[in-house]
Amino acid sequence: MQLLSIVQGLFSSLLTVLGELAILAGETVASIFCGRVRVWLTLRQIAEIGFGSQLVVVVTGAFTGAVFTAQAYFQFASLNMETAVGPVVTLAMFRELGPALTGLMVAGRVGAAMTAEIGTMKVTQQIDALRALAVNPVDYLVVPRALAMFISMPLLVVECVGLGVLASFYVGVHVLNINGVYFFANVQKFTEGSDIMMSLIKGFVFGGLIVFISCREGLCAKDGAVGVGRATTATVVTSSLAILIANFFLTMALNILFPAGQR
Amino acid sequence: MNAPLIHVQDLVQRIGSQDILRGLTLDLFSGETLVLLGKSGGGKSVFLRHLIGLMRPVSGSIVFENREITTLKERELEPVRRKIGMLFQDGALFDSMNVFDNVAFPLRERGERRPTVIREKVAQSLEMVNMAGHDRKMPVNLSGGMRKRVALARAIISPPAVILYDEPTAGLDPIVSDSINRLIRRLQNQLHVTSLVVTHDLVSCHHIADRVALLDEGRIHFLGTPAELRGTQDPVVRDFVDGRSGETVY
Repeated sequence: MQLLSIVQGLFSSLLTVLGELAILAGETVASIFCGRVRVWLTLRQIAEIGFGSQLVVVVTGAFTGAVFTAQAYFQFASLNMETAVGPVVTLAMFRELGPALTGLMVAGRVGAAMTAEIGTMKVTQQIDALRALAVNPVDYLVVPRALAMFISMPLLVVECVGLGVLASFYVGVHVLNINGVYFFANVQKFTEGSDIMMSLIKGFVFGGLIVFISCREGLCAKDGAVGVGRATTATVVTSSLAILIANFFLTMALNILFPAGQR
Repeated sequence: MNAPLIHVQDLVQRIGSQDILRGLTLDLFSGETLVLLGKSGGGKSVFLRHLIGLMRPVSGSIVFENREITTLKERELEPVRRKIGMLFQDGALFDSMNVFDNVAFPLRERGERRPTVIREKVAQSLEMVNMAGHDRKMPVNLSGGMRKRVALARAIISPPAVILYDEPTAGLDPIVSDSINRLIRRLQNQLHVTSLVVTHDLVSCHHIADRVALLDEGRIHFLGTPAELRGTQDPVVRDFVDGRSGETVY
């Protein structure tokens, strides 16, 4: 009986969170379409989210590409399939690893910072001050961050994947002595525009998940510094889980649009 | 007197199991300065937040300029908030902006883009609160009193019809408190700003108030002029004015 009430409670909290996220996303999209966009704030957020995340995304992409190449090579070499390493790594980077890893990294770096900043504003009455000055917090705080995220995330994903593929090429050809011509030819043969599209769409969706989860947690923060800390932790955990779960459903849905293995 | 600018009727607010406001009724008339006194934690700040739509009551009504505001949605409240400014208890300055940008914020948000006009108005506002020359400082580098004065400069840069002051002189030295009191008076005399001031500072109260209200147990217990406040024999008012807690010292 007690277990049932706990499950009911969890389910009802989940529905509340999803509802709040949907309302926040709806308000944000409506504000964007109504032209309530502050260009200067959006550019600042692009610098913060896009430019500021370069290092973490580049390092993550490059070393994931490198280590995946090494592992794939160790397995494929025994089957004399070394030249398949390139396309395997490239497809995995485009379709799964690039978007998911970029999403996780950005959730940790940018999402946490967003929640901390907005949450601190909430608990120190700065958001009330915004409202008292007839400025809508969604227009002022969420819209610039959402726009910046929607612009930056696909580009960051492309950067992560690009660096991963380059690192894969370097490790495969220069360290593990795979024939460079075959490596490159197979990558070209098995990679299509649809793989890039899938990667961009996932980046866009993950960006939306991160920004709305982070902003909602910040806007709902309470109980002072402790509450801001709790909200920040919740942002990283929730965003990461949401990205991993959404990734599966996106993969299944996008595979219908862009089927793999049809070449 | 004419019809009230703000009419509050039977306002009830409950937070958790605690009744904060229990049917508060109060009128605020155009051009007056009404001081609201009351115990700490008695719901004075909560009441102010209702007047600007930052909180919604459990029941009751607030009519501003013949319009019920408790039922308005967030975006519908924006025109009301352009007419009612609020000074928060600890300033609520935006800590990502320096003093200049904080004070200029309402102007820029209302579409003012001319740098010379913005500079001039910010300088004027900062001058009024004795904060000239501090415009490049960040809020984190200001004392509590300075933050409050900058927040006041922000509230008055494009003077609203009504200003709600939440403890404007708390934590300030007597000289700065006096300059704030004079500023509230000047805004009333020169710009006909209507003010509702929440305070514990009886010196300030006698200096600025046209009328005084005492909030007790979630209701207005006393309403009158400062002279009537001084002369009343009501035990609740006397305890507050004379600073008697009613506790026995052993």
